[in-house]
Amino acid sequence: MSVPILECVDVHAAYGRIEVLRGVDLKVPRGAVVALLGPNGGGKSTLLKVISGQMEKTSGHVHMAGVNVHGASADDLARLGLTTIPEGRSVFPNLTVEENLLLMSYAGVAPDKVFDTAYSYFPRLHERRYQLAGTMSGGEQQMLAMARALTSDPALLLLDELSMGLAPLIVDELYETVAKIAESGVSILCVEQFARTALRVSDYAAVMTGGRVVATGEPNEINEIMADVILGGAA
Amino acid sequence: MGAFLSYTVIGIFTGAAYAIAASGLVLTYSTTRVFNIAHGAVGMVFAFLYWDFSVKQGLPVWLSLILVLGVCAPLTGVFIQRVITRGLGNAPVGASLVVTVAMTVMLIGIARQIWPPDARSLEQYFPDHLIHMGSVIVTWQQIITVVVSILVAAGLYVLLSRTRIGTAMRASVDNPDLLHLYGGRSDIVAALAWAVGTSLAALGGILLAPVIGLQYFDLTLLVISAYAAAMLGKLTNLPLTYVGAMGLGLGQSYIVGYLQYIPGHDKLTGLPAVMPALFLFAILVLLPQAPLRIGQVKGLVSAPVPTLGRSAVFGGGLIVVVILMAAGMADSDLLLVGTAATYGIVMLSLVLLTGYGGFVSLAQFTFAGVGAVAYAKLDQPNLFGLLVAVLISAAVGALVALPVLRLTGLYLALATMAFGLLMDKVVFTSSWAFEFNNPLNAKRLSIFGTHVNSIGNYTIMMTVFFVLISLVVVAVRRGPLGRILIATRDSQAACGTLGLDIRWVRVALFASSAGVAGLAGALLAGLRGTIVSNDFIFFNSLLLLVCVAIWGVTSVSGAAMGAIFLMLLNYLPGFLGKNESTQGLLFILLGAGAILIGRNPNGLMFWVFKIPSWIQGGLFPVLADRFPGMALKVRDFAGGDRDDEVIGEPGGAHAHRDEEEVDSDAVAAR
Amino acid sequence: MPLLHVDDVVVQFGGVTAVNHAQFEVEEGTITGLIGPNGAGKTTCFNVITGLQTPTSGKVLLDGRDITRMPVHRRSRRGIGRTFQRLEAFGSLTVADNVRTALDIHDGFSGIFRSANADIEHLLDRVGIAGYAQERADSVPTGVARLLELARALACDPRLLLLDEPSSGLDESETEAFGDLLKELASEGRTVLMVEHDMDLVMAVCDAIHVLDFGSIIAQGTPAEIRANKLVQKAYLGYADEADAADETKVMSL
Repeated sequence: MSVPILECVDVHAAYGRIEVLRGVDLKVPRGAVVALLGPNGGGKSTLLKVISGQMEKTSGHVHMAGVNVHGASADDLARLGLTTIPEGRSVFPNLTVEENLLLMSYAGVAPDKVFDTAYSYFPRLHERRYQLAGTMSGGEQQMLAMARALTSDPALLLLDELSMGLAPLIVDELYETVAKIAESGVSILCVEQFARTALRVSDYAAVMTGGRVVATGEPNEINEIMADVILGGAA
Repeated sequence: MGAFLSYTVIGIFTGAAYAIAASGLVLTYSTTRVFNIAHGAVGMVFAFLYWDFSVKQGLPVWLSLILVLGVCAPLTGVFIQRVITRGLGNAPVGASLVVTVAMTVMLIGIARQIWPPDARSLEQYFPDHLIHMGSVIVTWQQIITVVVSILVAAGLYVLLSRTRIGTAMRASVDNPDLLHLYGGRSDIVAALAWAVGTSLAALGGILLAPVIGLQYFDLTLLVISAYAAAMLGKLTNLPLTYVGAMGLGLGQSYIVGYLQYIPGHDKLTGLPAVMPALFLFAILVLLPQAPLRIGQVKGLVSAPVPTLGRSAVFGGGLIVVVILMAAGMADSDLLLVGTAATYGIVMLSLVLLTGYGGFVSLAQFTFAGVGAVAYAKLDQPNLFGLLVAVLISAAVGALVALPVLRLTGLYLALATMAFGLLMDKVVFTSSWAFEFNNPLNAKRLSIFGTHVNSIGNYTIMMTVFFVLISLVVVAVRRGPLGRILIATRDSQAACGTLGLDIRWVRVALFASSAGVAGLAGALLAGLRGTIVSNDFIFFNSLLLLVCVAIWGVTSVSGAAMGAIFLMLLNYLPGFLGKNESTQGLLFILLGAGAILIGRNPNGLMFWVFKIPSWIQGGLFPVLADRFPGMALKVRDFAGGDRDDEVIGEPGGAHAHRDEEEVDSDAVAAR
Repeated sequence: MPLLHVDDVVVQFGGVTAVNHAQFEVEEGTITGLIGPNGAGKTTCFNVITGLQTPTSGKVLLDGRDITRMPVHRRSRRGIGRTFQRLEAFGSLTVADNVRTALDIHDGFSGIFRSANADIEHLLDRVGIAGYAQERADSVPTGVARLLELARALACDPRLLLLDEPSSGLDESETEAFGDLLKELASEGRTVLMVEHDMDLVMAVCDAIHVLDFGSIIAQGTPAEIRANKLVQKAYLGYADEADAADETKVMSL
């Protein structure tokens, strides 16, 4: 078996006295899409913060492509091929669409190529290229955020709650993009509250509650237990 | 008509120079969220440096310009960003105010030390070539300044809108963390912003120095104009900043030109000088309300609060010491002790306002001045007169806070600064206060008919006042008011939802703090017998703030130590004008001290308060090990050690608890 | 007449609509749940009701009186209390002093000469955190801090209590005790509106539930009705296929 693109071994992290991650073990095989599901407060977003270098872990190891990344800063990792789309609208609201795209070239792809890829994939962004990102609709903003995943040619893509606050059809569109990125061979770890939506595009799924991964498996196995996990045993 | 055009030309020139300086301020503030109070002082130092290169050392003008604007200023900017202001953008606004005020003091000290007071002048460019446009005469200096300001505007436009790093600068305003995820390096962005911003400050200083003169304070206070202009653009919008600068330059020029036609103009001679301050105040008043911020828990404060009993013991001790000193000291030295008590009381007013309330005032000494003038003018040297003077100061304090009721932190501090300058230039010099710097006479206080005449007794009385007010401040801190003050600092939103109208708390706090400062001023007036407006100049407020920041603004002990410290400095030859040659050095030391320590509001007292727990927790066990026979009581300090833990929730963007706080339990447990 | 009426409230942040014509009522003396997926606009609704956020359009009525423009502190005086999702405890004060401060603010001058110790003890005991009374509020666990916020809100004797994710950070037995406390508060005649993710708790204590999705109310009813509601399941779990999603978007745009 080849070395996984991402491997977390017994990762612990805490906000002060409160431990949020209590020994997370998780693997993302090269080229696979892994959905990370679970209720709020389960530690999903915190795990992504640790992996992306935004938060320090208290113990454990994170390996990327077999290399132990310890103490690497978020911007170092970003330039080395890790693209993170954080929760919420991860665009700069007071910059125009084009300026947002320009900044995406920091990840290492030439600006012209960034523009080409983004506009050919999302023509809507081309129409709005001189508009301030903050004045666009939520869906359009998320499109712009996804453009970074498309254009930065990452080795590993981390997606956090892509669908938050968006209408179902738009969520659908966004996940088509995710599927397309996956086809190009990018490994993806996506955190999602809408289990069914995420499971449609994923190869594997993991469920986190209480700061641990409590179940892993194929999408259909996980799908069956999700209603219980989210809406409570009675649902 | 010709006159009007002339004034317009001068106005455009001044506005252009303001715009250059203001755009540098906007650049640094908007990328790093550190408002640089010292922006004007930076420009002043580089104007002196330019003079040194071009006049004193006789280098060619072009080389001097390149050396100053292209090498020294940018490097200084990077140094400031990397070393002095690093990380202040996320700290409470008070910390960045204190640090940049300290930097102002330090820079003025540096300038005085390297270039002692002397007659110096920078010549205008091409002074002999005047251009006649009809009836209007335009100098090359004016044309160059306007052209340079246009070039600066164009350059900034290209930088910010046409380059990636410029775009990243604007992005880091919104969300520096996201910029990291994009792969951008916010430290490089910040360093560049400070390099450019510092160069622009230097450029503004160099262009205005020939007109204003190479003066430490005048050039430093130029920054007020930059603040005012920048404020029109809410500190982030460059085009509006240029509009503001032009409006201010023109307005100031017309006022200078047409003041003589205004009735009663002879009483308004200070008006042109305070135009920027007035302008700043007006814009602050018109700013829209800032919404209450939510989503942040933090605990700060936590210098240990002594019990009233303990404080009384310490206070009694202090009084005894002063009584002993009064018996053996010369009058001139006692005067210094009395002055220290004044400083101490003003510092107590800052403990109340800044330490407990979290608001920074940059004009606390001005309130003392109000109290002094009121006391002297009332000519009622008794407790009644003192009370009225205090009430007048309190009312003035409330008046400053009222119009800017809706504002917070930085804006409120700038409002106090504008107020301080206004009082300096207009009110204190007007006929109903000091009358053009003439001394004002005040009588010694009498208490219930007993005159306190000798300097010794008066000094003792002032110490008693200091102790009494300390006790009141401690009582306030321990009582419901103190808790409410701390609660408003920790979470304004929660206070609001509990039914507290925070705006009135703020006014009351400003009023009481100004009242305490006014008391200090009134007592000082009685001590000195004569006072002049220079005793209360704006700069003294900054010095005082720096001093109290070094010792800790969160505790009464910090104020006491700060006052004693200032008094001891008085003994050094050369403080406050006695000996010009070392004054600069003192400013440098004070400024550097506050830069090092001022980030922690608990100041040096933080370390002092730690000593007992260190002795008991660290030293006692060691001693007990070495000398088992010693009857040392080793106490378990596991629960009392400082802990840096941060509370938070998964995924929540929690503010971190200040790491450097004193654990009150550790000391209280003694 | 309902105690609280949120009438056609819209909140926009730039191009994003956080609350989209939300419309719901809360009856006096009930426990009402406001649920929905992340980002549905629940906390924004709370901010509008308490006055921390001015709505773009729409009204908030308390007892039939329009309070949309009323400042925060005056709403509190009219009996609205709340807790926060992102904690807003007074971190530099002890747990007991947090409550003491709330009592001071609530009582004003009349409280100066009264010892509040018994009240504080009672309030802390009531929410079950008396053991933490002397600890600093920024050093207690999240769950305790949430209960502290509840105690602090109760100190102002509110008629309407807004609780934002009160049970997160509590373990199972603590959650159960908390559920009992909520019922007790309702039986005193207080009205509770709560945003909560623990569905077991919501289903167990709520008299009525409103489901918020994309800033609009998509379902209202009793716990049993909500649990059976397909829309709600979809809102929480997402959509199994595209046709499903398309249907849903049609329904919503109606």
